[in-house]
This record gives sequence, structure tokens and C-alpha cells, in this order.
Amino acid sequence: MKHALKVARYTVADLLRSRWLLGYAGFFAAIGWALFYFGEEPAQAIVSLLSVVLLVVPLVSAVFGMTQFYGSREFTELLLAQPIDRRSVFYGQYAGLAVSLALGFLLGVAGPFLWYGSGHGEDLGPLVALLVSGVLLTAIFTALALLAATLTDNRLRALGAVVFLWLFCTVLYDGLLLVVIVLFEAYPLERLLVGLTLLNPVDLARIVVLLRLDVAALLGYTGAVFEQFFGTAAGLALALAALVLWTAAPLVLAARAYRHRDF
Amino acid sequence: MITVHGLRKSFGLLEVLRRIDLAVDAGRVTAIVGPNAAGKTTFMKTLVGLVVPDGGDVRVDGVSVRRSWSYRARLGYMPQTARFPENLVLAELLAMVKDLRGTTAPYESELLRLFELGPALDRPLGVLSGGTRQKISAALALMFDPDLLVLDEPTVGLDPLSSRRFKDRLALERSRGKTILLASHVMSDLEEMSDRIVFLVEGRVFFDGSLEQIRARTGEPTLERAIARMMEGERR
Repeated sequence: MKHALKVARYTVADLLRSRWLLGYAGFFAAIGWALFYFGEEPAQAIVSLLSVVLLVVPLVSAVFGMTQFYGSREFTELLLAQPIDRRSVFYGQYAGLAVSLALGFLLGVAGPFLWYGSGHGEDLGPLVALLVSGVLLTAIFTALALLAATLTDNRLRALGAVVFLWLFCTVLYDGLLLVVIVLFEAYPLERLLVGLTLLNPVDLARIVVLLRLDVAALLGYTGAVFEQFFGTAAGLALALAALVLWTAAPLVLAARAYRHRDF
Repeated sequence: MITVHGLRKSFGLLEVLRRIDLAVDAGRVTAIVGPNAAGKTTFMKTLVGLVVPDGGDVRVDGVSVRRSWSYRARLGYMPQTARFPENLVLAELLAMVKDLRGTTAPYESELLRLFELGPALDRPLGVLSGGTRQKISAALALMFDPDLLVLDEPTVGLDPLSSRRFKDRLALERSRGKTILLASHVMSDLEEMSDRIVFLVEGRVFFDGSLEQIRARTGEPTLERAIARMMEGERR
């Protein structure tokens, strides 16, 4: 544990100076700044940012996590040749990656809001929900990336796997949901939809943020059911638990594969 | 000091190590030679714990490398190619490794001076040349004064001066009673430094003996010719 924290600390120190990460933070800052510049209210800006965050955060976390894993192979060998156990190296590198990406995201998104929105007595709830969701998506997709990268030595295959996963969670899953809704339109589907939403971290993150905003009313009857479910403390806790489980499960699997991996 | 017993390793269908048995005594320099893809690097990586064996075991002073990691406190490893976090500077890298090991590095300043790494201390590791990274790798392997040195083609990429200094340093370590395992294709280096030659071919120990034995067996005067003769013999 002590060793893992040390590995994480030096990984963060390295990555925070990486041009890619600065670009990532700058990207969100530029979008946030532009939204405010064109006169959007903070609540509107959050809805606009939400769609960007839900697409970009999983993709960048997955691809950056994977490339870093393969790219720092020689450095990983150096760490593994030290008197520390493999698990510390793995969790340390994961934590270092996830924390760096999360910091880039937080600074990029929160920056413009604090700049423009502070002092107006705005409700910070939606912004906090957006930040928490983004951080959890970072943790989830970095874990999935490391799972793909520990399972295969073939970069292309790992890249294919994470890109497919991203496509599945952000686009295909909603399409499949629509098919289910159309096919079974004669039945009451709300409970099923709540259940299915729990299975997709990106949808889950979307709903956690939308329910903090007035636009939830636009979701119609389903929105009301979601509100009823995820609006309660228990529902929110379940949603967060699902997101944490989405992080922990791939991470534990990856750590197990890492134990037998050759470098 | 090191006992290798029935060591096997495959990568997919490729059998890289096929039952290697070997005992390495403390305080001696053992050279691992062999044609490309003979399994030299894989063999050394199993000692360090980077490659997980399929079968058999490697023990360092009786402790299996598969179950322990603390033995690496006594080990210095120099990989074939060294790359470090690009945005850290050398001083940070050295601090990190000392921090991870939880010890001081008695030879740090001496080795930095020997390899003239002072100017690199405050420069990002990503901009350093391959030769400089190789020298850093050598310093990292030697600076903690380990009992056991595992060196995988250590002089590749070093300029003649650095190479000379590195070899002199190894001779010093040898005289201090260190156990050294050395893989190299530079036969003159091995001739100069080794007590024993282990010749690997296709994952098996093909020959194991002293320099005199290998010369006597092949009738060749130099190690390079003797090894080349053996490799030709193996092909036929």
C-alpha cells in the first residue's frame, strides 16, 4: 500500500507535465469558456457540457490509459525490478493514471464555471454532479483500459477492445434500449429501463446529472420514474454504488491478470 | 547463490526456455551467451521476476523468486533498453527509486561522476539520448551496492570511454565479491570479465564451463571464434 502510493505519486508528477494531459484540460476549459461567452446560463452550459463529457471522458480515459500502459513498459520493468510487490506497482500505476486524468478533467471543467459563475449564488448541485460523474467515468474507463492492456500484448487488439467498449456504452447501448422500448411498447417498461440503465456506466452518469437539472421534466413519464427512483437518496446511493462497482470489478480482474503477466 | 531447476517458459507456441538447470555460485561472473532468440533475455528476466515461469523454479539463496519480492533489495538489474518517464528529470527518478527501495544509495554520487551524469540531473528524461539513458540504467543498477547484478547487454549503446569505465567498474564489483550474471554479444568483453560461460541454444544449456574448457573443446584461440565454431556446429 505504501509502495503503491509512492508509485502513484511519481506517476502523477510525470503525467501532469504531459502535453496530452494539458491539452485535455485545455479542451474542456475552451468549451466551457465558449459556452459562457455565447451567453449560456450555467444550467444550460452544464447540459451542453454533459454531452461532451459523456463522449470524451470515457474515450480519452480508455485510450490514454491504454497507451500509457504500453508506452511505459520499460519503466514498469524498472519498478518491477525493485523490492516491491507486483500489486503495488499495478494499483500505483492505475491510481496515478486515473488521478492525473481526473485532475485534468476537474480543472478544465470547473475552471470556467468558477470564473464566470461564482458569486451569483448559483446552485452548485448540477456542477458537482457533473464533476463527480466525470471523475467516476474516468476511474471506470481507465480501469477497463488497463484490463484490456493486461490481458493482451497486442496493442491493436487492446485498442479495438476499448474503442468498441466506448462505442457500445455511448452509442450502441442507447440504440438497443430504443429497440427494446419499441418492441415492447405494449408493456410497462419503466422498471426494466431503470435496471438496464444501471448496467451502463455512461447512461448512469447521464441520469445522475440530468436529474439535478430542470430538464428532467422533459423526459416524460420515464423521466418521472427515473426521478422517483434515482431522485431518492437510496436510488442515488445505488447509482453511485453501481459506478464504483464498475470501477472495482475490472480493476480486480486486471490486477489478477497482472500477477501472471510477463514483461 | 542462484539455483535454477527445470525452468520452462513458452510464449504462445514458442518454447523459449526448455528445462534449464543451473547453479550459480556467489562471487563469480557468469556469462550467458548464445545466438539470437536463444532465451538469454527471458532467462534473466525470470531471475528478476519480470517473466513468470511456466514450470520449474529459480531460487536466490533458497528463496523462490515466484513467491518473494524482498530478494530484489539485493539485486541490481540492467535491462536491454532503458526508458524512463519522459517528463521527470533525472534527480526525480533517482529520488523515486531511493524512496521506493527505502534505502540510501552509497554509490550514487560516485557513479554519477563516473558516467558524467551531473549535467543530466535537471533535464527531462524524455530528451536524453539512448547512450545517456543506458548510463543512467547502469548507475541505477549499481548505486545500491547489490550483491547480485543481472546485466542484459549492458555495454550496447555506450561510447568507448563509458564502456571502458563501466567494465572497470564491473571488475571492481567482481573483486568485491559480487555475483554477476552478464548476457552479451561482445565476446571480447566476456573474455575479459567472465569466470564461466553458459551457452544457451534454443532454450537449453548447450555448454557450461570455463573459458579454458571452451577453448580446449573447440581448439580456437579466442572466445569469439570458439563460440562461432560452436554455433556453426549446432546448425549442422
